[in-house]
Amino acid sequence: MAWVWFHRFGSPPHFYRLARRLTPWFAWPAALLCAAGLVGGLVLAPADYQQGDGFRIIYVHAPAAWLSLMVYVVMASSAAVGLIWRMTVAHAVAASCAPIGASFTALALATGMLWGRPMWGTYWEWDPRLTSELLLLFLYLGYMGLRNSVDDIGRADRASAVLAIVGVVNVPIIHYSVIWWNSLHQAPTVMKFGQPTMPASMLVPLLLMLAGFTACFVALLLTRARGEVLRRERNARWVGDALGQT
Amino acid sequence: MSARRAGLAAAVTALMLRDLRLALRRPGDTLQPLGFFLVVTTLFPLALDPELSVLRDIAPAALWVGALLSSLLALDLLFREDAQDGTLEQLALCGLPFTGLLLAKTVVHWLLTGLPLVLIAPLAAIALGAPYGAMPGVLAALLLGTVALSLIGAVGAGLTMSLHRNGSLLALLVLPLAAPVLIFGARATALAIALEPLAAPLYLLAAMAVLAATLAPWAVAAAVRIGLE
Repeated sequence: MAWVWFHRFGSPPHFYRLARRLTPWFAWPAALLCAAGLVGGLVLAPADYQQGDGFRIIYVHAPAAWLSLMVYVVMASSAAVGLIWRMTVAHAVAASCAPIGASFTALALATGMLWGRPMWGTYWEWDPRLTSELLLLFLYLGYMGLRNSVDDIGRADRASAVLAIVGVVNVPIIHYSVIWWNSLHQAPTVMKFGQPTMPASMLVPLLLMLAGFTACFVALLLTRARGEVLRRERNARWVGDALGQT
Repeated sequence: MSARRAGLAAAVTALMLRDLRLALRRPGDTLQPLGFFLVVTTLFPLALDPELSVLRDIAPAALWVGALLSSLLALDLLFREDAQDGTLEQLALCGLPFTGLLLAKTVVHWLLTGLPLVLIAPLAAIALGAPYGAMPGVLAALLLGTVALSLIGAVGAGLTMSLHRNGSLLALLVLPLAAPVLIFGARATALAIALEPLAAPLYLLAAMAVLAATLAPWAVAAAVRIGLE
């Protein structure tokens, strides 16, 4: 009995309706949280004693970097669910994750380079976290490339799911091997539990931005997944009913 | 149970002998990646200052990038023909553990492409100015590294075996996954050439080879099964 919700979640029309209902509940909080976080981060927070106003790019850089990893984990988990329980909806979610994750990774790289220019004196430094972010971008591109080159959608789903799972085993190995290889990036400041090394006036906007970016990701994912489900089910009868209603 | 195990052992032996025999009847296919490796490592001195002190600095990079690219080139031999002529389908249907059979094929692939590369690498290393005392370290690093590369690459080969044009896609899939092997392999080789202790990167390479040998066969079997559908 407990599994009924799970199987219902796997039914495309149910998922479509649920996603449509949930999207505004993530989109509006995302806009509000990001607006509050930007005001707090760009206007209210004090300038850093070492980096001046240049540090403020962290309010875009850190959430984008955090999401680039989280989206990969979401993608691999839903791909695994799709592979194990043969749920097309889970595969549709995994497929919708990839372009979003690649965009956040590219955003993290771009902001990291802009930040590196004034702080390290160069746009690109072979710094471990920049490099592992770049390798993560390549993993996303490989995933999308594999999906594009397999014609049959069911086979593309399963093949790319295997790749995503192999990738998720590899992401920590890549991350740590790159860290041991070369280190210049400042140590993490947010994820240290106990005593954060940031004052609250800087930390609170950052946490708001993190929450806002995450809500933005969920809203984007639900929208993309809805489109993906519609594309896969375009010959089904419920699609006509669902689109006729609105 | 023991009859089944004996059946698996016999099947693995037969499969490995078949793959070896096929490769020996057409030695060109397996020799090409080796020739490619030698050409790539020759190009580095041509593009740089041919001074031995400069070459000694870039020798680890040249050796490992060459090994990585040549293993990538060789991956196309692993499953493609057997997928086209139906051999893999028969293996999948024969009732023996598919994972074990594919692991046997991967081992033969390493014997044919990885091991010769390790054996020929000292030649390239000497040409790039590495001292003779560095050879045990260079050989050990490449031995462990090529094992890991063959196993990681087999996953990519399984995923792309049924696609028509797969050259650059295979590289895009495999190279990011192979980055850790490259990092520690090149680090171990650099330490060996500097005649310094290199146990730490070697242990990490060994750990990666063992991890790949433990996990990769399952992913290879899943990938090949999807490719056969």
